[in-house]
This record gives sequence, C-alpha cells and structure tokens, in this order.
Amino acid sequence: MVEGPLGEGLEARFELHRGDEFRLELDLAIPPGRTVALLGPNGAGKSTAVAAIAGLLQIESGRIGLAGVTLDDPGAGINLPPESRKVGVVFQDYLLFPHLTVAENVAFGLRSRGMSRSNSLARAADWLTRLDLAGLEKRKPALLSGGQAQRVALARALVTEPDLLLLDEPLSALDVTTRSEMRRVLDRHLKEFPGPRLVITHDPVEAFLLADEVHIIEKGVVTQWGTPDEIRLRPRTPYAADLAGSNLLFGRATAGLAQVGSHHIHLAEHGIDGDVLLTIRPSAISLHRRPPEGSPRNMWETTIELIEDLGERTRVRTGAPLPLTAEVTAEASTALGLAEGESVWLAIKATEIGVEPGDGRTSSS
Amino acid sequence: MTKATTASSRILSLILLAVVACSVGVDASTSATDLQGEVLVSAAASLTDAFGEIESAFEEANAGVEVILNLGASSALREQILEGAPTDVFASADTSNMDQVAEAGEVAGQAEIFVTNLLQIAVPAGNEAGVTGLDDFAHEDLLIGLCAEDVPCGEFGRQALAGAGVTPAIDTNEPDVRALLTKIEAGELDAGITYVTDVLSTEGTVDGIDIPAEDNVVAEYPIAVLAGAPNPDAAASFVEFVLSDQGQAILTGYGFHRLDD
Amino acid sequence: MGFIALTTERREAERARRPPVLLVVLGVLGLAVFAVPFIGLLSRVPWTDLPELLSSDLVTDALRLSMVTSLTATLVAVLIGVPLAWILARLEFPGRSLVRGLVTLPLVLPPVVGGAALLFALGRRGLIGEPLNQATGLLLPFSTSGVVLANTFVAMPFLVITVEGALRNLDRRYEGAASSLGAGQWTVLRRITLPMIGPSLVAGLVLTWARALGEFGATITFAGNLQGRTQTLPLAVFVALESDRDVAVALSLVMVVVSLAVLVALRERWWKAL
Repeated sequence: MVEGPLGEGLEARFELHRGDEFRLELDLAIPPGRTVALLGPNGAGKSTAVAAIAGLLQIESGRIGLAGVTLDDPGAGINLPPESRKVGVVFQDYLLFPHLTVAENVAFGLRSRGMSRSNSLARAADWLTRLDLAGLEKRKPALLSGGQAQRVALARALVTEPDLLLLDEPLSALDVTTRSEMRRVLDRHLKEFPGPRLVITHDPVEAFLLADEVHIIEKGVVTQWGTPDEIRLRPRTPYAADLAGSNLLFGRATAGLAQVGSHHIHLAEHGIDGDVLLTIRPSAISLHRRPPEGSPRNMWETTIELIEDLGERTRVRTGAPLPLTAEVTAEASTALGLAEGESVWLAIKATEIGVEPGDGRTSSS
Repeated sequence: MTKATTASSRILSLILLAVVACSVGVDASTSATDLQGEVLVSAAASLTDAFGEIESAFEEANAGVEVILNLGASSALREQILEGAPTDVFASADTSNMDQVAEAGEVAGQAEIFVTNLLQIAVPAGNEAGVTGLDDFAHEDLLIGLCAEDVPCGEFGRQALAGAGVTPAIDTNEPDVRALLTKIEAGELDAGITYVTDVLSTEGTVDGIDIPAEDNVVAEYPIAVLAGAPNPDAAASFVEFVLSDQGQAILTGYGFHRLDD
Repeated sequence: MGFIALTTERREAERARRPPVLLVVLGVLGLAVFAVPFIGLLSRVPWTDLPELLSSDLVTDALRLSMVTSLTATLVAVLIGVPLAWILARLEFPGRSLVRGLVTLPLVLPPVVGGAALLFALGRRGLIGEPLNQATGLLLPFSTSGVVLANTFVAMPFLVITVEGALRNLDRRYEGAASSLGAGQWTVLRRITLPMIGPSLVAGLVLTWARALGEFGATITFAGNLQGRTQTLPLAVFVALESDRDVAVALSLVMVVVSLAVLVALRERWWKAL
C-alpha cells in the first residue's frame, strides 16, 4: 500500500450545525491509498459528515479539500455543488434508482457528465463485469440480491473515477450470512481504488477490518482516533471501551486452532484457514476461582486488571496471556469475591467464538 | 340542486311556520281563509322579483299557507315537472313549455295567460359600444349574447331578429335570461335581448333600448294549477290571486303588461 | 371486481376468512350510488335514433371542442402545475400553508363562483383583463382559450395535490445520490425526480383531464356557450336537457363512453398509484 502526499488526498476540517441541538466537528486527513473508518453509534453525525463531504449539506466554517481542489471554504465563499465534486459515494441502502436498469444506474454518472448513451453503457458493462455482475445489465434494482445491489452501487460510484471513495454503512443493508463475504469483496475493491477512502460505519468489525485508521465519533465530535489496535487496547471513552469490550482479536487459523499472538484458541469453526478476526461476547466468558469442572477447551489462568461496576453486571478486564473483557452478574462477582490484582480462571466455549475471515493483518497483542 | 334547495327551504319554512304559529297562534286561527300547508310554485326566472312580492302578499292574506318559489328557466322547470317533481303551480315565460306540460296531462283544467312581457335590447349602463338597434347585432366586433335557443327569451329574441332581417353574430348563448343579464351588467357583453322587466329589475346598471313594435315579440306568460298538485286548493287560490287586481298591480309594477292593456 | 377475484382466483387462500357481511353490504351500497344514475341514463338512451343524433354537428362540435380543451388544459396544468407542486413540496416560505389552501380552493368553490371570479379578474372589464385587452386586444371570455383557462382553474388542483404529495413522499436521498454522480438540478428533475413520481404524476394527469372534461359551471360563466367555440360536451348536455332530451342523453352517453374508455385503459397500464 503506497500512500501519496496529503495534498492529493482528502482534507476535511469543518464544523456545521443541524437544528439547535446538533453540532458536527470533524478533522480528517486521508492520503490517497489509505482507508479511514468513521465509527460511531447511530445519531453520532456520521451521515451528516457524508452529506457535508458530498456537498449535500453546507458547512459553516472550515475547509474541505480533495485532490488539490477546494470543495468548501465558507470563509472564501467557496461551496462547490455536489455535481461538481469528484466524490464517489456508496450510500446507505445503496439508493439504486428503482426505475433504471442496473446498466443505466451504473452509466448514470457518465451520462450526467456528458458521455453519449452508448459509450457510457459500454463503460458501465465493463465495470459490471469487473464486479462479477455480467448478465444483470437489464435487471431492475428491485430484483437484485443485497450483495448484488451493493456491488452495483460500488460500480456506480467507481465508474466516474472519483478522487474520493465514500462508503456510508456499506454492509448494514446485508443479512448476516452474506455480510462477511461482501466485506471481503468490498475490501478487495477498496484496495484497488487509488484515492483516499472513507468508510462510515457503526459496526466495529467492519471498521477494524476495512480501515487502516479508525476515528471514533460520538455526538458530533471525534473522541479518539488511531489504528484499530490502538483503539482496541487503549480505549479512551466508554463507547470505545464498549467496542473494546467486544473482544475483537486478530489471529491466524489453521484447522480449528487460532493463534492470537503467542496464544492458541480453539474454534468450533474448522472451515476457515488463514487470517481471522475473532469476536467473543463478554458474557460468553466465564470466571472461576478454581479450574472449572468439565472441559472447556479454552481455559487459562489470568489476573484481574480492572473491575467496572455496571449496576446489575460487572465488567472484568483480564491481563496476560490474552487481554479480554468479561461480564458477569454482580451476584456472581460478589460470590466469587473478585478483586483487582487477584488471579482467576477464565473459560470460553469454542462455540461462543465468532470467526470472520480477516484481511492479512496480524495481531500485535 | 333545485330539488335540494327546495327541500331545505321547505324544512326551513316549516320551522319558521312553527315558530310563527306558536307566537301568533291566536291570530293564525282567526285568519280570513282556512287554507293550510305549502304551495310549491315553479316560476320562470324573469318572474323572480314580481313573484317574490306576490308571495308575501298572498301569505299575508292566507296566514296558514306557505308559498315556496322554485325559480329557473321555463324549460328547466318543465323538465322537472315532467320528471315528476311534486309541484302545485307552474308559471311559464312562454306558451310552448306550458303546452308541453299540458300535452303530458300534467295541467289541471286550463292554463291561463296572466301577463305579457315585451323584449328590449339590454346594454351595459352608458352603452359604450353605441348600440342603437337590432341592426347592431350583426356586428362581428361587438360582443353579442342571447338566451339559448330553447329558452323563451332566446326563442323570442331570435324571432325579433329574424323579423328585422338581422343575422346576429352571437358570442354566447346563455342558459337563462338572468345569466345573460349578469354578463351585460358586468360589461362583458355589449348587447343582448332580454325582457323589459329584466332591464327594469337591474335598477340602472343595464340600459334598455326599445325595439320597434313591428319587430317586437309579445311574450305571453301562462299559469296553471298542475294535475299532480299536492295542495290543489291552495294552488287554485294562488293562481286566483295572481289574476286578481292586487296581483296584477304587483306585476305591472315590475314592467309586465296586463292582458287587457 | 375485487369481490369476484376473491371468490375465484384466491378462494383457496381466503377460504377460511369470509369477508365481513356488513362491509360488503355497505360497499355494494357505495357502488349503487354510482351505478344507479348510470342505469337511469342508459334506460333513456334512444338507441334507434342514436347514430343520427351522434352524427349531428352539435354533437361532433362539442366532442371535438371538449377533447381539445380538456387535453390543452391538462397540458397547461403540467407546465405550470408541476412546478407549483414542486415549490409547495420543496421550498420553505412564509404563507406556504395559505398558498396550499389557495390551491385547493377550486375544489370546494362552486365552479360557477370560480367562473365569476375569473370574469372579475380576466374579463373585459376585469382587474387584469381590462389592461390586457387594451394592450393586446386579447379577450379571454367567449373564446376557446377562455374554456381552457376555466378548465385549468377547476382541474389543476388535482394535479398539484397529487404531485405535491408524491414529491413529499419521495426519498430525497435519491436526488442527492444523483447529484453526487454529477447530475445538475435539471438532470436530477428530469431523470430521477419525475420518473420516480411517475405513477402519481400519471394519476394526477388522469384526474385533471377527467375533471376538465366534465367541467361545466366555470366554463359557462366565464367562457359562455357557443357551438364550435365554447360549447363543450357538458354545456351541450345542459342546454339540450331543456330542449331535446334525446340529444342530451346521447351526448351524455358519448361523455360516459369516452371517459370510461380512457380511464379503464389507463388504469390497466399506468394508473396503479391510485
């Protein structure tokens, strides 16, 4: 991955208000070839950020520049209309035009920019082939599967050769079974795109797997940014901690055994080999004073680093050999007499571990 | 629409009647006649004002009777009667509509001519277009309106023009004489042919230009009690009142001519 | 028709659920309100004289004039009514609800009043009509253009209301998507907005045309009544009703047949939004 100088990428430093309540403040710099994820809960201002960068909402102060062109600069009276920006957007729900065929949807951007009907349809056909959509040219969007619609939306955004690729919740419209497959397809095409890429999402798995850099946005403000590992290991806000608490682990799987750092974890899933992202829900981790009965295959002794009282539940951060977050009922916590610095036995059923094919990154933990 | 209006005005008048009966009950019982109930009178639109006054006078003389006026183009009234609308008295602006009703057997006894009316050229007050006579009706530049061919005023107007040897350049055939008069009043038309009584009723917003007697058409207004009259006695009494000196005096006051004039 | 479909095609699926009797009875009563007057009309049709009646100048003139004026009024409504609907749906401005009320006014106003109002405004002595006439010699009353104007006044609200509703319901993000793909505002309107509200637009057009075709009160008040120039089918029916009922019935039959043919044909193919 080669990253170009910043001037050729996206520089977005701006502020805007919506209504009396909501204010968005963003400071993003994405060089070409780099993928940044804007990760945050619903209502954090993610879609507002998309609208501002795409030119559908006017910013109040600051500047948005892309590939050496100033898109917005209220101070200088610059506000390029959306149709003059070279921003390729894959919208949430894809927003494929229902009355146009797949080919017409993809050709739309070229037609709008003055290319003849036949040339633009030919170019659209090329892109559809590249995205394994050949044969669907004449179909209406309503008859596409979620995965196909996503790729059509991607083709529609890419065909105009934009300077920025902007993806707004690209996977949230898909059902769980196709999501991981589509994420890999998306990952491949993101990496082929030479310019800066911005992914907007509320799904940490999506953010951590697709992006080189994650910006966490809460209530209109970026509260933390860094590489996925930095966010995961050193969360600085409760929301980030919640994400971290989701136990996302990068590893390498071989025949049902995943190596995470120097540690090994047994998986129920034997079909996936290579880089993986493991997800373990905190409540799926059980804590014991003595080695537990039965034989959970993932079991080890560790120390308690941090205890957080969440009311009816207690969150427990454990240390080496593999930092994890567990959640137990407050009752159980009292019965076990958990305290920081003490040692404890930890067990995870293999069936409780989610496995997602990864993207070549290896864990540093 | 007419039926709906009639129905609602019937209800209204029943209520009024009840109120009046309660408050002046003693007077009502000592009235000169013992006629009771409602009389529905379908009268040509050109009789609007005159019959309004006759209604009041008649009701004054017959405290137990409520007259309900149903006004419209004679031809429209004829259609209502032929379609079975319950009507007591029909007063037409021409004999042909009355004849059709009589032919259908809907007239009780004989229809009688109660007044005549003469045609007049109606122009907006001030006569900006400078109309002087029927000859002007041939001018393409002027905006000319007549009543529709099948309405009495339209039929007579065409007779008058034919008699004068004029082929009119018509711009509109209005559905009844009141509609025609309204457009002349508004200045949207330069001239039209209406009855003398209509011009008189506008009280100055429309000027009348006389049509020479040799070209003019005398419109005869017949009145009759109908065969299906729900209240035949009161109907007969109403017709009698119209033909009486008192009734005739009211009608001449609005520009109509007595039969013996 | 829905009832018949229920008892035949979908009987298997619906067998367990009988339609509520009261609902069906009331619905059939509703149908009767429409059907009974038509049956009354049909019972008076002079079938043997019909060909002769229909070929008279009075009928052919009125039919031709009705077609020309109602279609022109529909076209005018599209040209100025769709932009008005767009303004109402998309622009925020003070008094917008007042304007919206104004648009619906012709729906509640008796058409005769509408015609009189047109006369006061655009007649020869009207507020705008007088200076317009003096400047250009243009005279709208008693002209075919006057019929078109009266038709437009009475019928355009159907188009404006339908299209405005459709524009409000349209997911505006599609328009944003189109502009992000490089489409200017006109392109977005032409290639995205209008096609996406297409079904409602067609429904609005059909309603507008149907209302214009049946227009009577405003036309006779504003444009008068002259065969070949301003006498449309409804006016001809009204006048004939007082003289020759056979002609009136024949004319009514023409109106019913023409409008039913158009409405049914459109319903099959286009008019699914309503």
